[in-house]
Amino acid sequence: MKIGLVLEQLHRDENDLAQQLLKISERHRVDHEIFHLGRDLAAWSQQHVREIAAIASRYGQDLDPRPREDNTLLEKLREKGSDLLGRDADAGLLLLRDLREVYIKACGVSADWELVAQAAQGIKHTDLLDVAQHCHAQNLRQMKWANGKLKESATQILVG
Amino acid sequence: MEGKCAAAAAVRAVFATGDELMGRIDRIAEPWGTRTPYPGGGTWPVRVDTHLAEGVSPQDVDRWVQTASILHSNGDAMDLAVKDNRIVGVRGRAGDRVNHGRLGPKDLYGWQANASPDRLTRPLVREGGKLVETDWETAMQRVVDRSKALLAEQGPSALGFYTTGQLFAEEYYTLGTIAHGGIGTNHVDGNTRLCTATAAEALKESFGCDGQPGSYTDVDHADVIALYGHNVAETQTVLWTRMLDRLAGPNPPAIICVDPRLTEVARAATVHLAPRPGTNVALMNGLLHELIANGWVDQDYIKAHTVGYQELEKEVAKYPPVLVAGITGVPAEKIQEAARILGHAERLLSTVLQGFYQSNQATAAAVQVNNVNIIRGMLGKPGCGILQMNGQPTAENTRECGADGDLAAFRNWSNDAHIQDLARVWNVDPMSIPHYSPPTHLMQMMRYAEDGSIRMLWVSGTNPAVSLPELPRIRSILEQERLFLVVQDIFLSETAQLADVVFPAATWGEKTGTFTNVDRTVHLSEKAVDPPGEARPDLDIFIDYARRMELKDKDGQPLIKWHDPESAFEAWKECTRGRPCDYTGISYAKLRGGSGIQWPCNEESPDGTERIYADGKFWAHPDYCENYGRDLVTGAPVEPTEYKALNPDGKAIIKAAEYVPPHELPSQDYPLQLITGRTLFHFHTRTKTARAPELQAAAPDVWVEVSAHDAGAHGLGEGDLAEVATPRGSVQAKVRIVGIRDGVVFLPFHYGYWDTPGGHHPDGAGRAANELTITDWDAASKQPIFKTAAARITRVRSGDGPASAPTNTASAPVGDFPGDARTRGIPSAMAFEDSPGGPGTGAPDDTATRQEGTL
Repeated sequence: MKIGLVLEQLHRDENDLAQQLLKISERHRVDHEIFHLGRDLAAWSQQHVREIAAIASRYGQDLDPRPREDNTLLEKLREKGSDLLGRDADAGLLLLRDLREVYIKACGVSADWELVAQAAQGIKHTDLLDVAQHCHAQNLRQMKWANGKLKESATQILVG
Repeated sequence: MEGKCAAAAAVRAVFATGDELMGRIDRIAEPWGTRTPYPGGGTWPVRVDTHLAEGVSPQDVDRWVQTASILHSNGDAMDLAVKDNRIVGVRGRAGDRVNHGRLGPKDLYGWQANASPDRLTRPLVREGGKLVETDWETAMQRVVDRSKALLAEQGPSALGFYTTGQLFAEEYYTLGTIAHGGIGTNHVDGNTRLCTATAAEALKESFGCDGQPGSYTDVDHADVIALYGHNVAETQTVLWTRMLDRLAGPNPPAIICVDPRLTEVARAATVHLAPRPGTNVALMNGLLHELIANGWVDQDYIKAHTVGYQELEKEVAKYPPVLVAGITGVPAEKIQEAARILGHAERLLSTVLQGFYQSNQATAAAVQVNNVNIIRGMLGKPGCGILQMNGQPTAENTRECGADGDLAAFRNWSNDAHIQDLARVWNVDPMSIPHYSPPTHLMQMMRYAEDGSIRMLWVSGTNPAVSLPELPRIRSILEQERLFLVVQDIFLSETAQLADVVFPAATWGEKTGTFTNVDRTVHLSEKAVDPPGEARPDLDIFIDYARRMELKDKDGQPLIKWHDPESAFEAWKECTRGRPCDYTGISYAKLRGGSGIQWPCNEESPDGTERIYADGKFWAHPDYCENYGRDLVTGAPVEPTEYKALNPDGKAIIKAAEYVPPHELPSQDYPLQLITGRTLFHFHTRTKTARAPELQAAAPDVWVEVSAHDAGAHGLGEGDLAEVATPRGSVQAKVRIVGIRDGVVFLPFHYGYWDTPGGHHPDGAGRAANELTITDWDAASKQPIFKTAAARITRVRSGDGPASAPTNTASAPVGDFPGDARTRGIPSAMAFEDSPGGPGTGAPDDTATRQEGTL
């Protein structure tokens, strides 16, 4: 059974997504909705990390239940950078890149959860299926958020 | 309370004239006037309120000119008294369905601002850093030249329009047509974003479309009225008067009040729930939990007319009262008691306002109120309604005419057929109407102005330099050299002082147009007097701009094909044909003389429509609805295909939401929670109400409300000067000790700087509450969050008497208070009340559902 390997990958990918959401939040602090939602949605992925770790032991994986920590000094530097970038239209291009990155990472996580859900159904593990279903539902909302923000921001940044 | 009653007796005198009872009454001391009790199912008795300038008697008045309130959102119909071409007073219109003759304090006294010597009478342009007077030709041409240059250089994304909730429908429709159909910019919004964006969004989420399911007459029939974050006693005084008259009559309704402040509503309530700011969704989920767990739901209605119930069941199962009590600080028994009343209601009226709209998770919370009525099947019947209230008199028009960014007549920006239909109405290419993404909301427009991609911002009839959150940031954006700021207003507001061009506008009473209140009642407001100096109606200003910009339709004809209010109204009517807000059956002639009329009004319903959503029919069909909705937490728009799959038959949509804590929580440095808000005697940033002596005297300066416990903990006494600070800034205000929830401080948001030495910014200590508020907004409605910030309070020095805050509102003092410092009017505040039938004659009415327009 290779479910453990998929869970290990998913654990890493959810951690990455949380990091990316925190990064976009800090870097674009002057875009207040990005700042606040980035943090809120990172918390979802961090919760998923805890839930994956809790259930992964049943599949032979010893995963860290604590979400990976960011370098706080780096955070502060980025925040400072954000304040400086606030009056610069080119910051918009960076925002589009960062949103695209969130979107792609969220898509990857989505594919991971689909794999887990399929496997859970195959072996009729309802606990694992429950985790997969509710985490995947939140993951799809993260994806739609990033996609929506991309669409909403693109025109002004690219032709404004 | 005894002192208050004694004062009331002293300011009231009743005498009979023929068979009528006429009273002289100080309406500052008694904002809601004399009770005219009536029973459930009865007709609200008429009481005509009048106030005339000193020395003017009704016989002196040359003519009475029809209009409605412009200083709050209730839509009270009134006549302006005109003598020698000056406005000299007001009188309520007895035959109008909204107010049955009554007026609130702001209506009775606020009209005097029209004649203020401070009015702008000439256009101004910035020369050498200073605003100097000029002529219209120069000022208008400057705006046109800049617009054309920016369009050539950057395109429509360089231009933004920020309007208000106080112009007329004709003006909004013209502005929306210019921006969306002519300029082609997506950057259009109104200050309704600050007060009713969540009302609109909550209705779109639950019913697929804006438009109030309720009617004011539901107050006459309800056996339970639940007010969520709605201090109706101060924001819509006449609606509260209607509720007070029910409470004073036989079989009064039970009142449920959700508010962290001890408002007049809370004092009158059967159950008062005072949640911790920012926890409304948790509280609502707790109430819904109880309704569902006890089976107080209408399963037949749910099955026949809704989608999404199972998700709600699943979500609210997580919110038992004990858990909710921990989050909200509301005792579990109180949650259960309130739920029991809601659950046993036979006719439930729910109303919602800023306590929900301006707080954490605004839309999610307001939608849960909709859910209460939906799952109880209480819609579209007498007494069964929802009023997602408006904050401003013409906010509904900002929304329906497209001046809040949405497309005209509730057309759906993500439905191509709607875009084509609008293009047909305007005779333009569909591609020229921006619809590639949701409209740019105000806070995003400010961000674009900050990053330099919006380079011209045209502000009409609003004052962002006082009313937006985090004022130091807003000032720094508006002050930028590279931003060309146009301000159209009637006074040199804080914002106007920062402008590059200022257009002097005419106001209510000086121009003609229509506007619509929260319960869809359309009123005509006629011109009574000429505007001062060279001031011009907003409609004329917009039309002049469109003409000079040479905005054309696709046949090369002028885009704006109307030239005056009535022709603009006729054009607007055509735009609404077949849409939910159908005006086609209304005309100026029909509005003249009688009562206001509720839309939809068309051939099918020539007298208007009192209640929509009767028989469980909604405007939510995928092909017809205004909007497909958003994720209540992330704000991501729902895709058309998703919506069609979820709701193919256009039923009511039950949307569940999880509780998410506020983004800024109390900390060691900032241990309290700050909420800001509106109060009874002022409107918005006081540009008008501070210029009415009776109103200004009633609430002359800013105050801060704290509980007795917090006053003790921070060494504060009544009238002490205190500093309130958040990470954004600080404000100094006199302390008023009130019955507010412990841990919460309240500041009124009205007080800015135009009447201080600073002019447009603080000169020394701050006074505007928005120095303190956080830049954060609800992801779904994009309404800024004014009611969830962490704050601290410290004493600056002891006071020399009580704070000058009103004593007969939510700022009523607790404990000992000197009787002579209680709120009463200056001598000119004496007004008249006429109760033709005498008090208490409202007889039960067995034709309860009839239109009240025939009164």
